[in-house]
Amino acid sequence: MAAATALSMPEIENKAMNLGIDLSTIDLDKIVLPPGDDFGIKSDDEDILHEEEAPEFETGYGNVIVVDNLPVVSPEKFAKLEGVIRKIYSQTGVIKEGGLWMPVNPDTNMTLGYCFIEFNTAQEAKEAKEKTDGYKLDKSHIFVVDMFDDIERYMNVPDEWTPAEIKPYEAGDHLQHWLTDEKARDQFVIRAGTVTEIFWNDARQLRPDPVYQRQYWTDSFVQWSPLGTYLATVHRQGAAVWGGKSTFNRIHRFPHNQVKHIDFSPGERFLVTYSSQEPSNPRDTHRVVLNIFDLRTGKLMRDFKGSVDDFTTGGSGGLSGISWPIFKWGGGKEDKYFARIGKNAIYVYETETFILVDKKSYKVDNVVDFSWSPTDSILALFVPELGGGNQPARVSLVQMPGKVELRQKNLFSVSDCKMYWQSNGEYLAVKVDRYTKTKKSTYTGFELFRIKERDIPIEVLELDNKNDKIIAFAWEPKGHRFAVIHGDGPRPDVSFYSMKTGGITARVSKLTTLKAKQANALYWSPAGRFIVLAGLKGFNGQLEFYNVDDLETMATGEHFMCTDIEWDPTGRYVATAVTSVHEMENGFHIWSFNGKLLYRIPKDHFFQFQWRPRPPSLLSPEKEEEISRNLRKYSKKYEAEDQDVSLALSEQDRKKRRALQEEWETWTARWKQHHEEERELRLQLRDGEPSDDEGSQEQYEAKEVEAEEVLDVHEEIVD
Amino acid sequence: MRPILMKGHERPLTFLKYNREGDLLFSCAKDHTPTVWFADDGERLGTYRGHNGAVWCCDVSRDSTRLVTGSADQSVKLWDVQTGTQLYTFNFNSPARSVDFSVGDKLVVITTDPFMGNPSTIQVKRIARDPADQTSDSVLTIKGPQGRINRAVWGPLNKTIISAGEDSIIRIWDTETGNLLKESDKETGHQKTISSLHMSADKSHFLTGSADKSAKLWDARSLTLLKTYQMDRPVNAVAISPLVDHVVIGGGQEAVNVTMTDRRAGKFEAKFYHKILQDEIGGVKGHFGPINALAFNPDGRSFSSGGEDGYVRLHHFDPDYFSIRM
Repeated sequence: MAAATALSMPEIENKAMNLGIDLSTIDLDKIVLPPGDDFGIKSDDEDILHEEEAPEFETGYGNVIVVDNLPVVSPEKFAKLEGVIRKIYSQTGVIKEGGLWMPVNPDTNMTLGYCFIEFNTAQEAKEAKEKTDGYKLDKSHIFVVDMFDDIERYMNVPDEWTPAEIKPYEAGDHLQHWLTDEKARDQFVIRAGTVTEIFWNDARQLRPDPVYQRQYWTDSFVQWSPLGTYLATVHRQGAAVWGGKSTFNRIHRFPHNQVKHIDFSPGERFLVTYSSQEPSNPRDTHRVVLNIFDLRTGKLMRDFKGSVDDFTTGGSGGLSGISWPIFKWGGGKEDKYFARIGKNAIYVYETETFILVDKKSYKVDNVVDFSWSPTDSILALFVPELGGGNQPARVSLVQMPGKVELRQKNLFSVSDCKMYWQSNGEYLAVKVDRYTKTKKSTYTGFELFRIKERDIPIEVLELDNKNDKIIAFAWEPKGHRFAVIHGDGPRPDVSFYSMKTGGITARVSKLTTLKAKQANALYWSPAGRFIVLAGLKGFNGQLEFYNVDDLETMATGEHFMCTDIEWDPTGRYVATAVTSVHEMENGFHIWSFNGKLLYRIPKDHFFQFQWRPRPPSLLSPEKEEEISRNLRKYSKKYEAEDQDVSLALSEQDRKKRRALQEEWETWTARWKQHHEEERELRLQLRDGEPSDDEGSQEQYEAKEVEAEEVLDVHEEIVD
Repeated sequence: MRPILMKGHERPLTFLKYNREGDLLFSCAKDHTPTVWFADDGERLGTYRGHNGAVWCCDVSRDSTRLVTGSADQSVKLWDVQTGTQLYTFNFNSPARSVDFSVGDKLVVITTDPFMGNPSTIQVKRIARDPADQTSDSVLTIKGPQGRINRAVWGPLNKTIISAGEDSIIRIWDTETGNLLKESDKETGHQKTISSLHMSADKSHFLTGSADKSAKLWDARSLTLLKTYQMDRPVNAVAISPLVDHVVIGGGQEAVNVTMTDRRAGKFEAKFYHKILQDEIGGVKGHFGPINALAFNPDGRSFSSGGEDGYVRLHHFDPDYFSIRM
């Protein structure tokens, strides 16, 4: 209570005494102030109430549209016009019975040039408005269609303009504060049950250090923005992003009803939200809505609406269901372009204007897949084989803007292609599945593009046993190596290749093959060099921490039933988690990069684990190199710190143990005393049976007694 | 040392009890027939035939002459340990869940399940010295707690009865008046069904295990929560070592889910915890179903576990067990 005229407690007590009231008999919660009068006491809830926007009320006219600019007709032609309108609008939806009303001027008996149409549903009305606004009945009669509700709203707009109130500038929160942590720790978010929690990974103390937690923070999931600045939550009404210094404050809200997916642009400039509405009537189209917001201002930059078919991956197949993200971002960290695939075309938009590049889509017949280079404005796209093999499949690289084809490769008897970009955009690997001659099975090869070299040379790589199935493929982040899991058996092989071997003209070559590994997923450290070979699902969570520089296994481990693995953004720690795909074993483990289990946290109903990403380092490559050269100098300081912490920890531990022991001893002393005092009584209960040892502490000594006994003495003469 | 595998029950084990000297082990199972074994080598000594339903609990008198068993056939039977003859049958109108002899063995506390509209009860019966004088009158009947009462035991000097069950609250009752004396705190106490309760030898403290994946140690007089042992599985059985500061806790994934995942996922180990430091010491594997019953030999040198798999496993501790330092 923030009372305007605050009384101190003793004053209140005095006052009550004077009035003859016993305060202890009064239940304060039961006191109700007369409505409308707050006695100068402000409620704490008020702010919250006002902060929420005024709720929208259903007027009940959501399914009514107003069609203006109709011809003005006499009563003779009334029926004809009505017939025409009915014909136009029954195409888009079902007009309610008696739902078409064309008012007539009572003086002249002429129509007034507009009519109202009531549909069965609001959705139909909306569709009718979209489709017929601007409909040309004839040259002089172009329909102007509005929602009935909108007219009402526009009527209420005041005629006189009042200048908007300019709010005083408030300094924003320090959104990058977490990067200034003295111990250079990383944060992560977890979601378990209804609670979302954010922790520091305090690996030195071998435990997570809580930062912030909140119940019912999100309706479905949470997601960090790509540079870690924001945490996004998803709600029925839209998405929200949170960030700030110590607590997480809401930075912006992005209204989007029933939002299902969200996606950030890599440079954190934009947020894409997506919702889809399954039609109640299966004949209706399944509609989707995409909004693109400016992340910093919260402004809606562009929305896309349409039926789900428009947004599914092109091709002739017409696949149902969308693959998220629909929009792929290109042009590196500047978020210059975003693109989506459509039928026989790729739609590339510029973020400067939010319209199509060159104002038209990029036509590519039968394109089925595309991807952006992570750093440059280069598109890689894949067109499958056509005409029963007469027209070969094709992978091509296209520069944006300008749509210049940089490189193209034709491929024959292809069943499928998958593209993998290296994180610096230096290499592109295309995994090509080809049919064997009989067309009964497929085998796999790789086409390796060197993007940064002149003319983009392509190398073909086939595995030693080209019939091996490829289980996983992963580029070393920022590096020149990649790892492949291949094989058909229950224990596949893992091979490492390098793009930088063989002198001046670099060639791809194999570094090593590890035989018979229980692995089906690859997780490179974000700093490169180290990789976790993981056996998820069927392999029950086998982990192998491998050093690719020295080609040796550093450690093996197991996180039983593990479902998710994620490196922290610095490559120092690995988190393995069991999410609530199944009920047992839920929780997460934190490992060091070299495979030492640091700590484990069990959590029931564990849904999500995500490290907070970091923006790229601000150090120049030269500076970074210098640091790594003089690593010893720097590491000394940290090693000393580590030692201090571990000493302090063991000291703490000792103290805690001693305290526990002492506490326990006071308990046992008390019990012993009770036990002694009650001895007589117990004896009585047992009818005086003397032995009061409670059956257990019977101390006896086992003695081994050696005894010798002479049985017989017998003499024998030996010769 | 290798455990001794005691096969004899055809259904899941429910309860295990050593006699005071620790030479006999009594086991109860869902197969109607309580069994007595030599606690040293696991040889089967005999069975007690007569029940017509799962046997949930038993207790043996201090002088090892009387055995009392509670069964789902709505009866509690009194047996002669040596001959296996039935001495008396107490009949109820719902299954009997737990039985416990008082100090002096003159009284026995019995809990019955809620059944067909009857609420759960805690009843105290007087045990006559001569079975011929035995009557079925209750000295005391307590009704009140909702849901099943899984265990009720005597407190120090038979002055109190401590009960725990499905409503996850531990209660202390006055045995003279039947009044409720104390209730465990909802915040700090168990959050789900309490499945087991084990009293220390001197009745000063007791250990409870619950489906909320924890076991808790309480003071038997003040009902103060002393320790919490956090587990990663529902707890079905607990026991306190009479010799060293250890407790053993067992349980596992619910029986209905056992076949659905890997055997290791079930967590059917008996886990040893340091009673004071609350740290895990180690685990004893072996069962291929949840552990339903645990008991320490009164000399503290061996323990036995009974599982949903129908086996009793008798473990004699290795010498290095006693030299474990935390």
